[in-house]
Amino acid sequence: MSFINYAAREINCKLVYYGPGLCGKTTNLQHIYKKVDPGMKGKLISLATESERTLFFDFLPLELGAIRGFKTRFHLYTVPGQIFYEASRRLILKGADGVVFVADSQLERMEANIQSLADMQQHLVDQGIDPDKISLVIQYNKRDLKNAVPIDELQKALNSRNLPWFEAVAPQGIGVFETLKAIAKLVMQELQKKT
Amino acid sequence: MRPITNLVIYEEDLSRINTCLSSLQRKARSAAVLLIDTSGQLIASAGETDALDTTPLASLAAGSVAAAGALAQLLGEKEFSFVFYDGERKRLHLSLIGGRAILLVLLDQNSAVALVRLQVKKFSREIEEVFTELSKRPDPVAEEGNPLAKPNIGEITDDDVENLFGKG
Repeated sequence: MSFINYAAREINCKLVYYGPGLCGKTTNLQHIYKKVDPGMKGKLISLATESERTLFFDFLPLELGAIRGFKTRFHLYTVPGQIFYEASRRLILKGADGVVFVADSQLERMEANIQSLADMQQHLVDQGIDPDKISLVIQYNKRDLKNAVPIDELQKALNSRNLPWFEAVAPQGIGVFETLKAIAKLVMQELQKKT
Repeated sequence: MRPITNLVIYEEDLSRINTCLSSLQRKARSAAVLLIDTSGQLIASAGETDALDTTPLASLAAGSVAAAGALAQLLGEKEFSFVFYDGERKRLHLSLIGGRAILLVLLDQNSAVALVRLQVKKFSREIEEVFTELSKRPDPVAEEGNPLAKPNIGEITDDDVENLFGKG
């Protein structure tokens, strides 16, 4: 849910990184945090377990440039990927304007990807969001691994809507900003389309 | 109250909200008051907020209230009316307003919890009125052809998006 503040001429949007456990959602945010100019970012907050697995969410606020005089803020969230944190994932999708689905390219994670995508769609419905209408991009992460599934197979399994998709190696930053810029553009276009 | 798909706030709305928050902050003798959207975005604030990092504060407060709401439902409760954090020097009082916004009151050593709760109840009604009026107003973002709908951002180009990120 976008928050447009005419008094302050600000547009605030919420983006959520969703995907199965250990697919690289937090790594995406860590790379963005590392690379974005200090003046454009707030603190990266990670609610994680002692073993650095996301417990509730990661949060990174970005205060980007302006579009036609409206200062643009994106609040980036990740969900906890582990199966038993389902209730938390549902809460974090509340009010999302856009979602990045981060898929793990490894063959042995295909089932987890498919399950996670189905869960996401159900949780969006639970939050009153039409999963076929929300701005969504797919990131195929871990493309550098030997057991990575070919892109066309991933596409067949996960991208029936023919959504924008990106290959990524998040720890090296490959594909991270391409993905973020794509979802940012979709969200802003959606906001404009509705007006 | 019908759900608002997008929250659009104009100068006069913000002015009313700011007046409410300032009065609440003063009368409750609290350090600061924040009004937060349930999705975690800060709407307005009053009091000593300069030393606060309000953006993550808003996000974490929303997460906390959302978790409390989910806990309540698991226990068969409609909701918990407030969430309270009690530290050595600082205390936080979080409450939902009409299921739409969160009121965060930061208490310091000079604040009394009972007074805060009393004033929160009173001012929550006033703030809820503002949101009720917002919800009755045609949703400018969703309503096609409404001149109020235009944030005047025009066509979004690839260059616009690149420029947003600077050299990122």
